[in-house]
Amino acid sequence: MSSVHDWTPTNPVKENRSGLIGKPVDRYEGPLKVTGTAPYAYEVQTPSPPAYGVMVGATIATGRITGVDIAEAEATAGVLIVWTHLNAPTQAPRGTKVHPRSSAGSKPALENDRVTYFGQPVALVVGETLEAATAGAHRVKLTYAEDHPDVDFRARLDAAVSPVGEEDVEIGNFARGFTESPVQLDQTWHTPIQNHCQMEPCASTVWFEGGKCVAHTSVQMVKPAQHGLAETIGIPRDDVHLMTRYIGGGFGGKGQTYDDLVLAALAARALGRPVKVAFTRQQMMHGTIHRPATVMRVRLGAEKDGRLNAMSMMTWTHCHRDGNFTEHASNFSRALYAAPNRLTGHRLVKLDLPGAGPMRAPGEASGTLSLECAMDELAEQLGLDPVELRIRNEPPTDPENGRPFSMRQLVRCLREGAQMFGWDRRLPTPGLVRDGRWLVGMGMAAAIRGNFLLPAKCSFTVDADGVITVKQGMTDIGTGTYTVLAQIAAETLGVPLGQVRVEIGDSELPPAPGSGGQFGAATAGSAALAAGQNLRTAIAELATGDEASPLFGGRPVDVTFQDGLVAIGNRSEALAELIRRAAPEGLTVEGEIRPAADAREWSQQTYGAHYCEVGVDPVTGEVRVRRMLGVFAAGRILNAKTARSQLTGGMIWGVGSALTEGNAVDPRYGSLINQDLAQYLVPVQADIGDLEAIMLDEVDDKANPMGVKGVGELGNSGAGAAVANAIYNACGVRVRDYPITPDKLLAGLIARGL
Amino acid sequence: MRPFTYERATDAQSAVRAAVETPGARFIAGGTNLLDLMKLEIEQPQHLIDVGRLPMAGIESLADGGLRIGGAATNTAVASDPAVRARFPVLSEAIVAGGSPQLRNKASVAGNLMQRTRCAYFYDTAKPCNKRAPGSGCGALEGLNRNAAIFGASHACVATHPSDMAVALAALDARIETLTPSGESRSFTILDLHRLPGETPQIETHLIAGELITAVVLPPPPPGGQVYRKVRDRASYAGGLASVAVAGGQVALGMVAHKPWRAAEAEGALASGASPAEAIARELDGASTLGRNDFKVPLVARLVAAAIGEANGRGA
Repeated sequence: MSSVHDWTPTNPVKENRSGLIGKPVDRYEGPLKVTGTAPYAYEVQTPSPPAYGVMVGATIATGRITGVDIAEAEATAGVLIVWTHLNAPTQAPRGTKVHPRSSAGSKPALENDRVTYFGQPVALVVGETLEAATAGAHRVKLTYAEDHPDVDFRARLDAAVSPVGEEDVEIGNFARGFTESPVQLDQTWHTPIQNHCQMEPCASTVWFEGGKCVAHTSVQMVKPAQHGLAETIGIPRDDVHLMTRYIGGGFGGKGQTYDDLVLAALAARALGRPVKVAFTRQQMMHGTIHRPATVMRVRLGAEKDGRLNAMSMMTWTHCHRDGNFTEHASNFSRALYAAPNRLTGHRLVKLDLPGAGPMRAPGEASGTLSLECAMDELAEQLGLDPVELRIRNEPPTDPENGRPFSMRQLVRCLREGAQMFGWDRRLPTPGLVRDGRWLVGMGMAAAIRGNFLLPAKCSFTVDADGVITVKQGMTDIGTGTYTVLAQIAAETLGVPLGQVRVEIGDSELPPAPGSGGQFGAATAGSAALAAGQNLRTAIAELATGDEASPLFGGRPVDVTFQDGLVAIGNRSEALAELIRRAAPEGLTVEGEIRPAADAREWSQQTYGAHYCEVGVDPVTGEVRVRRMLGVFAAGRILNAKTARSQLTGGMIWGVGSALTEGNAVDPRYGSLINQDLAQYLVPVQADIGDLEAIMLDEVDDKANPMGVKGVGELGNSGAGAAVANAIYNACGVRVRDYPITPDKLLAGLIARGL
Repeated sequence: MRPFTYERATDAQSAVRAAVETPGARFIAGGTNLLDLMKLEIEQPQHLIDVGRLPMAGIESLADGGLRIGGAATNTAVASDPAVRARFPVLSEAIVAGGSPQLRNKASVAGNLMQRTRCAYFYDTAKPCNKRAPGSGCGALEGLNRNAAIFGASHACVATHPSDMAVALAALDARIETLTPSGESRSFTILDLHRLPGETPQIETHLIAGELITAVVLPPPPPGGQVYRKVRDRASYAGGLASVAVAGGQVALGMVAHKPWRAAEAEGALASGASPAEAIARELDGASTLGRNDFKVPLVARLVAAAIGEANGRGA
């Protein structure tokens, strides 16, 4: 096993001779996307005319299907297939792994008569056209024996228990530390269910070609999708060629496949023609996972100088009746602030709601909405500036386990952010600043998110034109994977970006874990760097061993790669010329990255600080964000443009979490009431004022050979808390029940006599 | 979506005739609301009569200082019309507070008036809704009714009318001109266009079957300032929690009732010298709430008082 020290030597990414690393390079696939020609899973051209499948969702939350009447649906013009659990093709029982190393087991659709959540797909109608299938789907008549749904999270907190295999983590003696603290804070926050609302709903296009299943779907992880489909429909894994070339947003919601994939495959097999199945926007809300609601109790005990004696964060949350997902909202707090006495943990209650699962910055996104507001409240109690309070509680090592930080620039983020934002103009007393009809306030919050590296492979090919082709079973969920892989390849081999091709999102390419947990760029990129270095070695040996090359007889380690040339000193030739002559079929090599054996000896995080200015209309309780700044430290930045987009996107998610987003549950029906983007409100352009993300210079040598870390989730962490704290500073009202909508804020404004 | 037939009307007379002669016929212009509802099978017309290209999209100034706006005029055309912006700014402000630019470019004036509620229980066909499925009950009554009506609701329906434009028209004393299937023109005040839900929330207007809105006529603007204020969860492209249109001493409220709500009690109080706060309090004496929408009472009180103050400032 390697050590993080193996990553220290200089490499082409660190040298960055062409300056491509970090450059704000335009998106590799940008022209395809903005011209509408990128074939997303549903738009893929099929070899023959496709049929269209439409799913029918259950209209109860829990119970059994007792009656099925598909006569009218089958009689609908253009309808080819109507399936329910009674007549769907046989699939492997749930969880089956014929191949023991499959990364996912069978996930049968239309499995049986049991309904376990509202909107669960319970029928499929396939038609000659989308319209015919939709019309047929409306004509499927199902009757149910409905059980009373147990979905009222806040009413069921007493039933919550520690998640299986988890215990509360206590360091020191929290109770004593808290009791003996002269300044105490004990408050509870609520966050609602949230939905990912990807621009592209989940969709699949599948056909069979010579016995092989060709499946295009929209998923963040290639291998589990390929394996799961093969296991479900009972064919060898290699007989599924799964592709996910362009993905219109994932955010964790596409970390798994849904019934669209299996149903498209089953229907394609039954009909002997390509079949497309997509979720509708409305179906996405129930039919795919969501971020579960939380109740978070935060207790802070501090000395009068602001140093924390005791810190506790307990989270209650929920998951699907058959699930085990836990929203670990308390976890991030274990690495954030120093305090000798600490208690953190989670309680989970299983409900008859759709599946809870990861959504952008799982844990941090919810968790910072409580702790980072608690710190704001504590600062006020202490008469301290909230930035200063955080600095006073900066730990020298990881406060939970004593491990050294690989790199921690939180304080620098806080200080530089304060300076750039003009934090010194903030008045600590709320409600004093007015601009026209708006009360204006400033708030801030810290950001933290873990950093990860997973095993991945990648291949590089150089062909006789000198073109470098990167191949990797990686995904780009809108994050910039294509682009950063192209940059790494171009920088590594010393060729212009136009000489690089990137092929990803394909199960037949060298495997990579996909996109999630903000591990994508570090993981995929490190494997690409390894492949690039291996290709450099292969090319150097080729050149120095080729009598016709001016480099002949030189030492391979002396070969440099720049401007499309291979060179030793002043002897050089074009890379394309060398390959054309000495390896006309091209050269292909693989590279690989694995986590270092000692990587866990360091506490590895990404950090940031959010600053926000809001206006509150004291008459109506409306809140509008006026400006927002995030300063982040997340290792070496591969692409200043795509990284900034991810960070600002995360910040905008924070604005949504603070102000508008949430799926309300009607406990009578066990369903979410807002089921489209007219009722589930994400921020629109007009909600986002002046927004900027700054990335500090940083290289984290413990993270991976490139020293990069992730940014996809960091921007979301803490952003909403900064908004909430700004609201308080503007008007003096704390709303601890998100989202902070005008109705909730109005009550506080009235209570304050405003 | 159910299969339907489609025709493009060539003149208003034949359009209204076709509307009564063809079973299950509906007019369509911009289609910005109707098509969404058809996709969800909440609306199931068998036949669509496209009136969007009839020559009734003009906006003409009238001799008395008023304005006639054709029923097929787009929301954008009305909101950006110089005469509207100069003399009826409350209408322009109200229109741009609704929808998005893309929707306003397509949506017609008549269609805006005929749009249906945004109540979540109306949109979810798995839920009871007397408006969508008469007799099935009202899901919102004891449900998540944060945005329910506070005036004129019934136990059968607590939905609100979502239009911003109609609130301004109500404050401006607009009249609706129609063509009936028998070929006669009618004219009545906008306050007589929409109905309160009563026992039949599925019947939303007093229009007779096949009757077509051909124009909206604005009388000369009342003396005094005009203001439209809409409260919403996000800055744009969101339904309101409450809105108010003020035109001089005339006040109408939005998103508080099954129809644009002319605040007659408040107007009377204002006319007899009450302060804006006192006046709207008088109106709100007639409000009733369901729990989750309790906040609308103080919200409307504060909003209206502020808007009247703002209008007075503009009118001065």
